[in-house]
Amino acid sequence: MALPAVDHTAIILTLKLATATTLLLMLIATPLAWWLTHTHARLRAAVTALVSLPLVLPPTVLGFYLLVLLGPRGLVGGWMQAAGLETLPFTFGGLVVGSVIFSLPFAVQPLANAFAAIGARPLEVAATLRASPWDRFVSVALPLARPGFVTAAVLAFAHTVGEFGVVLMLGGNIPAETRVLSVAIYDHVEALEYAEAHVLSAGLVAFSFVVLLMLGRSGGNWQRMPT
Amino acid sequence: MSRIEARFRGTLGAFALDAEFDMPGRGVTALFGPSGSGKTSLLRLVAGLARTPGRLVVNGEVWQDEKRFVPTHRRALGYVFQEASLFPHLSVRGNLEYGWKRVPPGLRTLNRDDVIGWLGLESLIDRSPHRLSGGQRQRVAIGRALLSCPRLLLMDEPMAALDANARAEILPYLERLHRELALPVLYVSHALEEVARLADHLLLIEGGRIGYQGPLAEGMTRLDLPLAHRDIAATVLDAVVVGQDAELQLTRVASGSVELELAGLHGSPGKPLRVRVAARDVSLTLTMPQQTSILNLLPAQVVELAEDAPGQVLVKLALGETPLLARITRKSARQLNLEPGTPVIAQVKSVAVA
Repeated sequence: MALPAVDHTAIILTLKLATATTLLLMLIATPLAWWLTHTHARLRAAVTALVSLPLVLPPTVLGFYLLVLLGPRGLVGGWMQAAGLETLPFTFGGLVVGSVIFSLPFAVQPLANAFAAIGARPLEVAATLRASPWDRFVSVALPLARPGFVTAAVLAFAHTVGEFGVVLMLGGNIPAETRVLSVAIYDHVEALEYAEAHVLSAGLVAFSFVVLLMLGRSGGNWQRMPT
Repeated sequence: MSRIEARFRGTLGAFALDAEFDMPGRGVTALFGPSGSGKTSLLRLVAGLARTPGRLVVNGEVWQDEKRFVPTHRRALGYVFQEASLFPHLSVRGNLEYGWKRVPPGLRTLNRDDVIGWLGLESLIDRSPHRLSGGQRQRVAIGRALLSCPRLLLMDEPMAALDANARAEILPYLERLHRELALPVLYVSHALEEVARLADHLLLIEGGRIGYQGPLAEGMTRLDLPLAHRDIAATVLDAVVVGQDAELQLTRVASGSVELELAGLHGSPGKPLRVRVAARDVSLTLTMPQQTSILNLLPAQVVELAEDAPGQVLVKLALGETPLLARITRKSARQLNLEPGTPVIAQVKSVAVA
């Protein structure tokens, strides 16, 4: 069946959000994961816990605090308003910020695992072959951690597509601005439009299944017991 | 200025190190000691992969002192690890060229194709590292280190992880490098045969301290050092082939005033050949035996005696300037009444190519 135009808008908005979130996450999670795997700082444990918080917190809690923090009376929001900037709640930008924080552990963990799996030796070898620290990172660590990057990007993307609580708290339900797929489904169900809700939901189920299938094929996810 | 001077004093993890050495700026210096004695730690300190207070000067260039610590990637060194540690995401060529590409063209002291040729890597060049045998991988690792055009080559037991066949495959390449390159090599090993075959200079390390440093031949024959008391204790002689007898299949070599004959045709006339005489293959008599199967009968003088394994005595002899070790029973030493200065005839039962 044909979907209403508002649903098309929601799908495109969701893909835009997931793409922006994934790109930003790669930029943020890569140095963070590298630092976590190489630092001896005492702060490490605290940072690890902080990054992992979104794994256990209800998304509504995260969304609520972000709303408070980014709102006009919040610490960050107040500062933004004083600087003459638009505050982030109920905007696409706000959704991106919320999604990045919400999906951070899904990007950091596979990357940190991949960096740790490389071990010290290849980087030491590169150092003895005249490669500077940055050169070693680019020419040895990045290519060897490639499976980790694939896993991190796929998980971050898929997780963002499926997010609901943070979006609802922080973004509300503004068509073409913050009304993403999960919110659209919620709306359809509220309005008892089960047929539309089915199409979108089944689409998400199929999408998620295919993503996880590909991830499993590329060797990520759970390890099989060695035989 | 062609010397390497090092002094390191400090702890690495729980390991205390207090090592000072001075090695020549050419030839192979073996860093020899039991496992856990600090060989690898010392090598890592020289490479700058680990750090303790100290001082390191390589061919006049300060790599570390109180004020400076040159990071590993700015030290012109090559490092061959025990495991080849090739980059799995690069082909053999990519591995070989990794360091080479990072050497400014003006500082490339070696010819790339020469190195690839020496190590016999032409046919492997497009392969992926996981399709190589252990010996091939280590050859690539050696080539990769050489192509970074080092001024000091560090090798950490490059053959320890290989089986006997692969070891036999690698050794000739190492000997060839030794012959053809002036590059100083610091070679970590705990295999005496390897050291006897490759090294010119010896650093003995025990418990993080250097116990002996000096020429190999002296280090192996000094009775106050542990090497002479090993089961496989031997004297190494850098000799020259002076003659070959094709019919008797015999090679005659000379080292200083000492001439030795060994079975088989080895080397070629006029060319250097390193030979090894095991201490247990040398017996002593007081008079020149007549009619014996032993080929090498050498007049010598007892220099020193030392207790060895139970019931055995190690005798250090001088053949002119050349030292020679003999392991005999305590009973024989008493019967012959050996003491420093006693003239004897050393009967050398067998001489091996080192």
